[in-house]
Amino acid sequence: MAASGIIFSNIHDNNIPELTRMRTIASVPFGCRYRFIDFTLSNMVNSNIYNISVITHLNYQSLMDHIGSGKDWDLARRSGGIKILPPFITAYADKAKSVYQTRLEALKGVSNAINRITDEYVVLSDCDVICNIDFNDMIEYHRKSGADMTFAVKKVALTKEAAKLNVIYNSDDDGRLTDVIAYPVNYEGEADITLNIIVMTTAYLRQIVAEAIAYDHVSLTRDVISRNLNRMNYRVYKYDGYFACISSLEDYFQHSMDLITNANARDSLFNVKNRPVYTKVRNSTPAYYSPSARVDSSMIADGCYIEGTVENSIIFRGVKIGRNATVKNCIIMQDTIVGDGAFLNYVITDKNAVIRDGTMLVGAESQPFYVSKGKMI
Amino acid sequence: MFKKQECVAMLLAGGQGSRLYTLTEKTAKPAVRFGGKYRIIDFPLSNCVNSGIFTVGVLTQYQPLQLNEYIGNGRPWDLDRGQSGVRVLPPYQGKDGADWYKGTANAIYQNLNFINRYDPDYVLILSGDHIYKMDYDKMLTAHKETGADCTIAVLEVPIEEASRFGIMNTDDNMKIVDFEEKPKVPKSNKASMGIYIFNTDVLRKYLIEDEADPNSSKDFGKNIIPKMLADGMKMYAYPFSGYWKDVGTIQSLWEANMDLLGETPEFDLRDRKWRIYSRNYSDPPQSIGKYARISNSLITEGCVIEGIVENSVLASGVKVARGAYIKDSIIMKNVVIGEGTTINYSIIDSDTTIGAGCVVGRTKSSGEQITVIGSDLELRPGTDVAGGEMVNDAWLENNK
Repeated sequence: MAASGIIFSNIHDNNIPELTRMRTIASVPFGCRYRFIDFTLSNMVNSNIYNISVITHLNYQSLMDHIGSGKDWDLARRSGGIKILPPFITAYADKAKSVYQTRLEALKGVSNAINRITDEYVVLSDCDVICNIDFNDMIEYHRKSGADMTFAVKKVALTKEAAKLNVIYNSDDDGRLTDVIAYPVNYEGEADITLNIIVMTTAYLRQIVAEAIAYDHVSLTRDVISRNLNRMNYRVYKYDGYFACISSLEDYFQHSMDLITNANARDSLFNVKNRPVYTKVRNSTPAYYSPSARVDSSMIADGCYIEGTVENSIIFRGVKIGRNATVKNCIIMQDTIVGDGAFLNYVITDKNAVIRDGTMLVGAESQPFYVSKGKMI
Repeated sequence: MFKKQECVAMLLAGGQGSRLYTLTEKTAKPAVRFGGKYRIIDFPLSNCVNSGIFTVGVLTQYQPLQLNEYIGNGRPWDLDRGQSGVRVLPPYQGKDGADWYKGTANAIYQNLNFINRYDPDYVLILSGDHIYKMDYDKMLTAHKETGADCTIAVLEVPIEEASRFGIMNTDDNMKIVDFEEKPKVPKSNKASMGIYIFNTDVLRKYLIEDEADPNSSKDFGKNIIPKMLADGMKMYAYPFSGYWKDVGTIQSLWEANMDLLGETPEFDLRDRKWRIYSRNYSDPPQSIGKYARISNSLITEGCVIEGIVENSVLASGVKVARGAYIKDSIIMKNVVIGEGTTINYSIIDSDTTIGAGCVVGRTKSSGEQITVIGSDLELRPGTDVAGGEMVNDAWLENNK
């Protein structure tokens, strides 16, 4: 059951404009020491998918820096491994229009790479799918059920607000996809939402891409899935582990805090037997807690130096929290310095921010205060 | 064909470290864990890389499994290279029979063919049991400037302790005039650190001669260095100042770990200009619970802390249950500490589980010795381990 992976690194960039101004959504930091894409990459590697293409769009410097040679995911290989596929624009094209907008257009742009895939199956995944899923099981389900395409879904209770940001995949008792409702305006209650993970045979993917080029199809949902729903055997694969898909900065904040308050979320992401989450190794020292430190209900990464009070917060690698500083309900990203006596409540600081001594910053749970990358306050 | 290297490092990592007792029952001393996420060998290896020396032979002998696995292809130190890189060199069977390494000099002698293929001008000899940060390139520069045949790194130790070391007596230009191994009445306080740079040709000649001498104990300190001095070879001492600690005993291992603590630690791991590299495992971030209280401690990723930790070093994946109290201790990888357990002035080796309500060790101020619990053990709830005990399988058998 050899499979290749294709990852879309930019498809939801607009969801968190604050965090993606300087980077792809794939490289948004999450959970003390990870980037979004680490979860998808780790899921693939843990499912023996070692031939992975990452389709990029814009701002992918930070992503390339993070992935490097792929070593940290065991993806630096002579045969297979990880390949970054930048947007394909021919030399004389009208550049403004040629960078893809949708997944299907992205696939059209890398049709050469798709034609070179030798594995029988492909797993297509977005990069902001925070979960620990076994693709082998999904591929096995796909194979046994004889489906043409299989979509991973997860049953969740949707509020009216959340429903507007999700795509619902309805299916019959047999698991066959019956209906796709994208971003419903007036929906409330339980529904199977898509994880944006699709399994199909490489041959079928080639067919979709070839047809899309021939008939100028643009949208995977509209031009392929909806159009062929009754004709083809499209099925859903019901995943029931932890899943977070981030659709806004508030969402990002909530899901991060989940890791502290919800032990179940933490365990089903990080403590699944035989399925660790890999990330870029940074060679940090262990974190140091000074005699004046008071830390509780928090997640702390290595390389931190903590002299102040930290409560209910996520602290990334290499952060320094000064003496008498208080950090409550915050997400403090890599190498941020929080000065002596500063007070932070409901604040997200991006990488390398500096909060000067004695500064007071307060956001709200529904609207955390965001300090951009490298900013000094 | 190999690319020429100016300097090749040979790291002697075969030592048993018998004074570490149960900590080296199952592993070689250089593989003993240190400072939360390191092993002792990370220090000389990182020093090599930071000094621009990328060809390192690691000579192993005693319990090499963990050490071999840890070094692997050398990736954590950027030593996974084709032309150079790190190579593990175990004793081997040759045409004329198989031999264990009979001494430090013999170990290098048996691997002269490894050195030869890089055609180096200099050979750096290191040992794998010290914690320190040193720029070997500066030492090499000094070696070239003096035009020495051999340069030996020395550290000034308090004169009252000098009789524990090999002592170099030098003239004003640091030229070595005399060498005494553990002298009763030391004439100087310049102690050999066991770090030598040799001109390759000189080293090769003396190793071959020494090998042919049936009365030699095949040791650098006992045989090679005195012989070279007697022959009037040009030998210089290279003074090193800075933190240097032999972690050969339980007491010194404990002390060296404690030297990492404090707001301005005696030995600073956080120096980004001289990083210490180690093998990383994919552990999740540290999770600090609601009732946790941590002070003056180093905590590593994968830890789940619900209890109280003071003046301690915790390696990755350590779980401390609610109500547990850890003080002045070193807890190695994946140790699980049960509810209400108290641990004082102890070293607990990796993968050991300590049940609820145990009392391990006595407070440091009580004057008792350090308590050591070996790896892969299970202490039943309520176990009391007195100060200074060395707990291994045999101890558990006797204290059922």
